Amino acid sequence: MDFQSLEFPHRPQAEAPGRRPVVVVGAGPVGLALAIALAQRDVPVVLLDNDNRLSSGSRAICFAKRTLEIFDRLGIGDALVAQGVSWNVGKVFLRDELVYRFDLLPEPGHERPAFINVPQYVVEGHLVQRAQQLANLDLRWKNEVVDTHPHDDHVVLTVRTPDGEHSVEADWVVACDGSRSAVRGHLGLQTQGRTFRDRFLIADVRMQGDAPAERWFWFDPAFHPNRSVLLHRQPGGVWRIDFQLGWDADPEREKKPENIIPRVKALLAHSPAFRDTAFTLEWASVYTFSCQRLERFRHGRVLLAGDAAHGVSPFGARGANSGIQDADNLAWKLAAVLRGDAPEAVLDSYAREREAAADENIRHSTRATDFITPRSPASLLFRDAVLHLARTHPFARTLVNSGRLSTATTLHGSTLNTPDADAFEGAMVPGAAAIDARVTHADGREAWLLRELGDGFSALVAVDGRTEAMLREFAPELRVLAIVPAGSPADGAFTDRDGAVARRYDLRPGSVVLLRPDTHVCARWRHPTRAQVRDAIDRASARPLPCP
Amino acid sequence: MPLITAPNLESPDDFYAELVATHDGLDADASHALNARLVLLLANHVGRLDVLREALAAARSGARPEETRGSWPVPRPG
Repeated sequence: MDFQSLEFPHRPQAEAPGRRPVVVVGAGPVGLALAIALAQRDVPVVLLDNDNRLSSGSRAICFAKRTLEIFDRLGIGDALVAQGVSWNVGKVFLRDELVYRFDLLPEPGHERPAFINVPQYVVEGHLVQRAQQLANLDLRWKNEVVDTHPHDDHVVLTVRTPDGEHSVEADWVVACDGSRSAVRGHLGLQTQGRTFRDRFLIADVRMQGDAPAERWFWFDPAFHPNRSVLLHRQPGGVWRIDFQLGWDADPEREKKPENIIPRVKALLAHSPAFRDTAFTLEWASVYTFSCQRLERFRHGRVLLAGDAAHGVSPFGARGANSGIQDADNLAWKLAAVLRGDAPEAVLDSYAREREAAADENIRHSTRATDFITPRSPASLLFRDAVLHLARTHPFARTLVNSGRLSTATTLHGSTLNTPDADAFEGAMVPGAAAIDARVTHADGREAWLLRELGDGFSALVAVDGRTEAMLREFAPELRVLAIVPAGSPADGAFTDRDGAVARRYDLRPGSVVLLRPDTHVCARWRHPTRAQVRDAIDRASARPLPCP
Repeated sequence: MPLITAPNLESPDDFYAELVATHDGLDADASHALNARLVLLLANHVGRLDVLREALAAARSGARPEETRGSWPVPRPG
């Protein structure tokens, strides 16, 4: 399927009277993911896009493990991973010398790699195909939102189509319409942050090369002196090369093929993996970037997600990947509000959790950018000192920052978390995104833990019988995964074949880990009571708790 | 463990003489670069973020007012 050349028809339609529960604005990766997640939860959703094509050029190419795990729940993970280039290792070079190597997934027992590289339009193409399978997802191309009128209990959108303008009323509107969000503008909201004084050229080049599927980053390479270069492998013999140009570069001039080709040739001449290979230029763009966010992601009945709410530098792949986490965080909460299972306050938790995540992403992205594009003479002095020392002193390699790559944000301090009352070790603290492990069904089938979690709340319980029986009383609201050690299979239980579930979640017999519908941990206990589990589910739904 | 600001150097005069001598023959840029490497090496030796923060604050509080206003001496146009 050639996703890049697809054009989607605009279908004229008479707008039925009445309100839509949810209208999502923008059919990029974030809007599509949100609309699919809502439709899969039986929420009828209208998705509007002002264009009728997928994104032009490869754009975002690095999709993180957490994003792939969310895509698995949306039904497109397998197809994407099959098509993408999986990678875990990054290398940083100073001139021609390797100074730092990192492995983002150094342990086995995970279904998904740390990253795949695949062009954004391929991700969008698979999401659109999935969206088209869902009867309650109404995807409307060539529908541009030209005005947004917020009211106390609904929103009215003015939508321009090739057939003229009409109004669409919605209980809730989610703006996923990108860094130049129209909806954000209609509300008079402005993002705040820093713009960096640097320019970068990205060139997608088709060529034969035998470099491994790794992320390669050069500081001051001989083929591009005094600046940085980033190389990523994409599917189909396409390579992404990102050249730092400096603030004074002329973007129009740099975009011309006759100026790009010598830069690529210089890289190829210096790299044993590519020496003298023939290549063709597929796509190129010159960009600058800002690290910024909206102060609040919820404004009454309008919520903002993805680039409409926050922006980061590309170093760390934290743009699209954090937007997908936004969509995943919001979908179950909005569905719960519309079902009447949660009060509106749960949407404030979306805003707070993802605002904090945006701060974390901006902090990492800003630090990487300050290293790559030093912002003061002192910053340049220390950056060069770090690179100088990194050649001979291992400690300095930990300071080399070419981008700290996207992982799931741990929602520390969220009001949906039940703080630990019992002692636990390990990373699966309240707020953490559930981590994968191999498990075996009672009938011997092999499976992955994350694939077995429910659409609603789930609980991992290291079996003792009484605790498991107590949890099962919460069905169907709660999916219970009973975990038994290898060698002692039990009916209805999953065998922890590598011991990784117990190790990663610090389980002992009777331990329970409660997971939200977006698979973030929200509570854990050594031997919970029924009331403790009840309260934790209520708290994670922002429902008022009974008075003690 | 707080930052040690009471005398702690084994041999203060020897250290000071060797610190200055290490810079002999370097121009200002090279001296700045050497100092930056030295800060990083010593920071790694200290290790603890709370102690390093105290050291950063103590060093910053010694900056003169005109040094705290601008980030670095910048040549003015004209």
